[in-house]
Amino acid sequence: MNKLIARLVLVVCGLLLNAVVFAQGAPETEGLMRSNGKIYVVVAVCLTILTGLFLYVFLIDRKISKLEKDN
Amino acid sequence: MKKNWWKILSLLLLVYTVVAGFLTKVPDLPIIHQSIRNLYFHVCMWFAMMIMFIISFIYSIKYLRTSDYRNDIFAVNFAAVGAFLGILGYTTGAIWANYTWLTDQSQSLGSVLKEPKLIGAAIALLIYGAYFVLRGSFTDMDKKARVSAVYNIFAFAMLFPSIWIIPRMVGSLHPGAPGSDSGNPALNAQKDLDSAMRMIFYPAVIGWTLLSVWIATLKIRIQLLKDKTLLHE
Repeated sequence: MNKLIARLVLVVCGLLLNAVVFAQGAPETEGLMRSNGKIYVVVAVCLTILTGLFLYVFLIDRKISKLEKDN
Repeated sequence: MKKNWWKILSLLLLVYTVVAGFLTKVPDLPIIHQSIRNLYFHVCMWFAMMIMFIISFIYSIKYLRTSDYRNDIFAVNFAAVGAFLGILGYTTGAIWANYTWLTDQSQSLGSVLKEPKLIGAAIALLIYGAYFVLRGSFTDMDKKARVSAVYNIFAFAMLFPSIWIIPRMVGSLHPGAPGSDSGNPALNAQKDLDSAMRMIFYPAVIGWTLLSVWIATLKIRIQLLKDKTLLHE
């Protein structure tokens, strides 16, 4: 059950990320994501990688905690 | 959750590093230009590596004092994460050097990479590589733990001379060497690093270090679970 919830949360997070990206793709040519040499795009990419990495480490952490409890 | 505050702190510090690291103004140095932002990533790998190796060194001493197998597990896993960070630091350094140290197209990266700093770093990493080879070559657990703990102490004794002291005694393109423009030490207050960059660099070091410690603790916990029977619990 717990696993299912975790997966659902992941899927929803993924969908939300998608929405954020599409919101930035609006017809206006100016805007935060396109300003300053599009450096904000790099920031967004790096933040996505960072959150993904932390989520991954967190899930491993939880799995090990569960194993420790079972033993 | 009370014991996990530092994991959240690590995430917050690294988010701050990425956001502030890319968006704040940096001093425009010749040749390096915007790539000075690598300071928050490349240099942090090495700092985190050094801290991992220091922790590993301490646990090796603890093992020799107590003969508690747990300390050996701590030592080897911190060393493993440290070596991994070292490889990341070396790779990112090679990428950075490719676009800053090469002055013209006819120069090959290979000719530039014959650098005291890089050779020193490679020696340090290979010494730690031998630590893992040494561990793998034992079948007797007690002997493995004892000999590799002693080796780890010697490896640590070579770490700082090879990555800091020797490169600073000879000329090098890498910041921190007497031959480079930036002078000595590497984090030159006037030229290399202004106060705004320090405000990002130090939190970045702490953030990356905490993440490394987290990963190391995960590896340790897996090992402890695996070796439960050996630990007589």
